[in-house]
Amino acid sequence: MTDPVLQASGLSRRFGGLAAVSDVSLELHLGEVHAVIGPNGAGKTTLINMLSGDLAPSAGSVRFRGREIAGLSADRIARLGVGRSYQKVNIFPEFTLLENCRLAAQARLPSSLRLFRRALAETALVEAASLALTLVGLDQPWDRLAGAVSHGEQRQLEIAMTLATEPKVLLLDEPLAGMGAEESERMVGLIARLGESHAVLLVEHDMDAVFSVASVLTVMVNGRVLERGTPAAIRESVAVQQAYLGAAETAS
Amino acid sequence: MRVLLIAGLGALALYPLVGSAFYLQLFAKIMLLAVFAMSLDLLVGFTGLVSLGHAAFFGLGAYTLMLLSPEYQAASIWLSLPVAVGVTAVAALVIGALVLRTSGVYFIMVTLAFAQMLYYFAIKSKALGGSDGAYIYVKPDAALLGWRPFDLGNRVHFYYVALVLLIGTYALLRTVLRSLFGHVILGIRANERRMGALGYPVFRYKLAAFVLAGAIAGVAGYLEAAQFGYVSPEFFGWQESGSVLMMVILGGVGTLFGPILGAFALTLLQDFLSDEAVFHGFHKHWLLPMGLFIVLAVLWLPRGIGGLALRGPRAVPETADD
Repeated sequence: MTDPVLQASGLSRRFGGLAAVSDVSLELHLGEVHAVIGPNGAGKTTLINMLSGDLAPSAGSVRFRGREIAGLSADRIARLGVGRSYQKVNIFPEFTLLENCRLAAQARLPSSLRLFRRALAETALVEAASLALTLVGLDQPWDRLAGAVSHGEQRQLEIAMTLATEPKVLLLDEPLAGMGAEESERMVGLIARLGESHAVLLVEHDMDAVFSVASVLTVMVNGRVLERGTPAAIRESVAVQQAYLGAAETAS
Repeated sequence: MRVLLIAGLGALALYPLVGSAFYLQLFAKIMLLAVFAMSLDLLVGFTGLVSLGHAAFFGLGAYTLMLLSPEYQAASIWLSLPVAVGVTAVAALVIGALVLRTSGVYFIMVTLAFAQMLYYFAIKSKALGGSDGAYIYVKPDAALLGWRPFDLGNRVHFYYVALVLLIGTYALLRTVLRSLFGHVILGIRANERRMGALGYPVFRYKLAAFVLAGAIAGVAGYLEAAQFGYVSPEFFGWQESGSVLMMVILGGVGTLFGPILGAFALTLLQDFLSDEAVFHGFHKHWLLPMGLFIVLAVLWLPRGIGGLALRGPRAVPETADD
């Protein structure tokens, strides 16, 4: 197997007395979609926040291509090539769809401290933004304000922005939440395609989607890793059925 | 919008043909205040940083000229102005590096605190003239290798220098806001956390905006000191920071022409309300109707006077079709 692009070991995060994540280890490889599932409060988003630098781990290490990145700021980690999307839509609502993505693409420039270089004259950035918008299947016109489009389209935009930064690692926090069936299907197809060339970590509640795109699944419960394996192995796991799938089924 | 702008500009350019000496001086002062207000709006309206201590840089520009002016002799504007810009830029870099670690209401308080520090320093310092301030007996000289393009001592010349500075600042900020840097600060104002997640070191960009705003305020302060030949600790005062913030809010936050309108409206209104010939005695209480006006303006014109002529959202990046 190839070296992992992103490798977390012994990651823990405490909030006061609450251990949100305890001793989680995980490897992300290029060409692989690694799904993390678990009931609400299992610590999935906290895990993503630690990998992306939004939250410093209380203990443990995160390595990106062998380099320790735990504790670096979110923007440093993003520039190294770790992109994330948010569970709650986190966009620039007053800007157009295109500008949202153009600004994301611009983050790849070594420096934006250029006060006299007209932003729109950098056509490569506009093209990169258009490409990302096309990839996620966001319909034209792209001069619509991001705050005025449907929730599903905002979710697509969220992913497009992350893609426009050209990351190697994609941390997707519930990308399907609030999407319609058709949008959802298209997004699953996109995640599968992205998985071929990126290392993808997918946190998602839609089990059909998870089992169709993921090659590895990690099941978290109460901040710990309960089980890990291929979709088939996880489906068979008694522990998982008891702790999670069974519980979810009785609940619904 | 463009028509209004050009008409206003034309009126300002032709005003010296008809204006009295008093109003020529007042208008020149207003144009300097407008430059000061535009620089503050770069922070408040475009970067999302509400500073209540912007007079710190206005005062530093003014005091730099005073310190560089030999007694009874003129300082060269070509030397003293760049030094004033340098001093304010460096001060903004140092102060910015500290205050930008805070945000929201703490940022407001800390910027105010720094300006107040300079205010009390100016009051206590004998070299700076103490609480009485100090005079600049001779205005800076514009002679360059035997050629004198303008004379700041001439009221009309000074007026046009202020007008050129106003237009130049507007053009500069407009260019900057359309630049790669400009789009980044607009992004920071809109959603700072997302900018970080995209990979932008937001602190660096906020600091750069703070330095640029500080340097422009320094130029305005320098010329204001040159105009009246006098500096005092009030240049640093919180009233100065507050009134320029009021000009920005009243004119329209997040627009470039808004602060210009705000500077004219606020200053001319003050001039009118405190006119004894019109208000016979009541003019002493000019602050009362002024306060009332501000309250009503904020209630009825939440987007400022400039908002009347504006369509669409403010402070958004340039898009392909405009």
